[in-house]
Amino acid sequence: MTERPAFGFETLQIHAGARPDPATGARQTPIYQTTGYVFRDADHAAALFNLQEVGFIYSRLTNPTIAVLQERIATLEGGVGAVCCSSGHAAQLMALFPLMAPGRNVVASTRLYGGTLTQFSQTIKRFGWSATFVDFDDTDAVKAAINDDTRAVFCESISNPGGYVTDIPVIAEIADAAGVPLIVDNTTATPYLCNPIAQGASLVVHSTTKYLTGNGTVTGGCVVDSGKFNWSASDKFPSLSQPEPAYHGLKFHETFGELAFTFHGIAIGLRDLGMTMNPQAAHYTLMGIETLSLRMQRHVENAQEVAQWLEADPRVEYVTYAGLESSPYNARAKALYPKGAGALFTFAVKGGYDACVKLVDSLELFSHVANLGDTRSLIIHSASTTHRQLSEEQQIAAGAAPNVVRLSIGIETAADLIADLDLALTTATA
Amino acid sequence: MTDNPSDNLLRKILTETKVIALVGVSMNSVRPSYFVARYLSLKNFRVIPVNPGQAGKTLFGEEIYASLADIPKDITVDMVDVFRRSEHVPPIVEMALAELPDLKTVWMQIGVRNAEAAAMAEAKGIQVIQNRCPKIEYQRLYGELRMGGFNTGIISSKL
Repeated sequence: MTERPAFGFETLQIHAGARPDPATGARQTPIYQTTGYVFRDADHAAALFNLQEVGFIYSRLTNPTIAVLQERIATLEGGVGAVCCSSGHAAQLMALFPLMAPGRNVVASTRLYGGTLTQFSQTIKRFGWSATFVDFDDTDAVKAAINDDTRAVFCESISNPGGYVTDIPVIAEIADAAGVPLIVDNTTATPYLCNPIAQGASLVVHSTTKYLTGNGTVTGGCVVDSGKFNWSASDKFPSLSQPEPAYHGLKFHETFGELAFTFHGIAIGLRDLGMTMNPQAAHYTLMGIETLSLRMQRHVENAQEVAQWLEADPRVEYVTYAGLESSPYNARAKALYPKGAGALFTFAVKGGYDACVKLVDSLELFSHVANLGDTRSLIIHSASTTHRQLSEEQQIAAGAAPNVVRLSIGIETAADLIADLDLALTTATA
Repeated sequence: MTDNPSDNLLRKILTETKVIALVGVSMNSVRPSYFVARYLSLKNFRVIPVNPGQAGKTLFGEEIYASLADIPKDITVDMVDVFRRSEHVPPIVEMALAELPDLKTVWMQIGVRNAEAAAMAEAKGIQVIQNRCPKIEYQRLYGELRMGGFNTGIISSKL
């Protein structure tokens, strides 16, 4: 055998990007807690600054621990490269930054994490960018929303909080026909359940804070590039296809080919926006990713069991989990996410807003936390917290109506989670 | 001829190649051909620059020649790296086959592909790589791209 067969996901989640430390032989990836790196000589320094060689310059740009995490996520997602940054929100800006300019827009799904809706509807306006929100099940509306100033299409694979599953191949085709990249936030599905790039996405973003790290310790984000988008096919992406004045006139796409977006993310994005991940965070996230497949299997098993129990309970109005036969997205989830529809869903409590608040207060095992993707099961009343800045109409569109609570199902004993919900529902609906 | 050469094949080419004629080299320090020439020189390849507009000048210690035919015969070129548009490749390959007796590899850069030229070279037993960059492949295969967070595809438990 001269060529080894492709490695499996479980092997890559442990080995990709890492090798024994060349200086010490340390088998686990060391935490390189340093800001600067010594250059071999003036020529080496010049080559690094000119991007003629790849190496470590300064930890705002690159760091050996973070580089291992970047390669690992890029490998698991099937991309050519990845840039890590300080949070999932930072990753979204890092993904949009090379594409956008004043007057340009992103066409985004209405079903997004509340914080993203606010970032896109309000904050990016200060850069002169804008977002157009559309129902991504209405493909004609998506096509109609894309105009000459559109530079990206954005959605989540399994949306937070609603249990909605985006038909990525269909949306990718629309974006492709319009000559703009599709960016998919794959935080809630993880590369174990979903590979947006294999389904046609050009870029993938993550909040690594969630399942990738897995136990609620550190915040982080990541942008993965598929390497497949042709930045030079039109004049829409001058920062990648034309001489970039912020890097002495370098043409990123011509110089780096399919690696252009990742080089741009380091050389312009991290250099000038500075939303850098720290090596400690990368270490915790690397530890988490080593067990990603095992945890995700248990997360989806538990989610399925809890969702089925809730659906059968008379105190519950409805459950939005794509893994349930009753979900309008069940067939799509089975086709696109054969290993499971994630572990994040909502349910509506009979008794509305007040019962929701009481339920959250009555749980002993579920934690009332504004996070998801933890080993611990979490609950939050989105309407009064994560989606609070939105109008009721926007809350409903995002799947965060006032009578709904969101669960992030952990990897505890499923029967214990059900017992906790059972007791709290009794109190809440008494 | 392949757009998807195996890592083993790329390693073999990059290990066995000593002298590269770089056709279409630029003197502009932000152009990819300049990058590649400089990088490969730093990695101890002998890079012979070819560009009719710059003939007679010197780049990284080597004289620039107007064409492959002008390279002195005592320089044993074993690879030609082409930085020209795809449609301009056939006459370059033709000249390479006629003038470079030690030629083993014709390499076309990212975005450069020419089936006719590739077939011509392969008929003479020459290895052809298209739409790739030897610098990027060298960086990927020998660990350097790893420092930038790129997917190198290299999995190893060895030091």
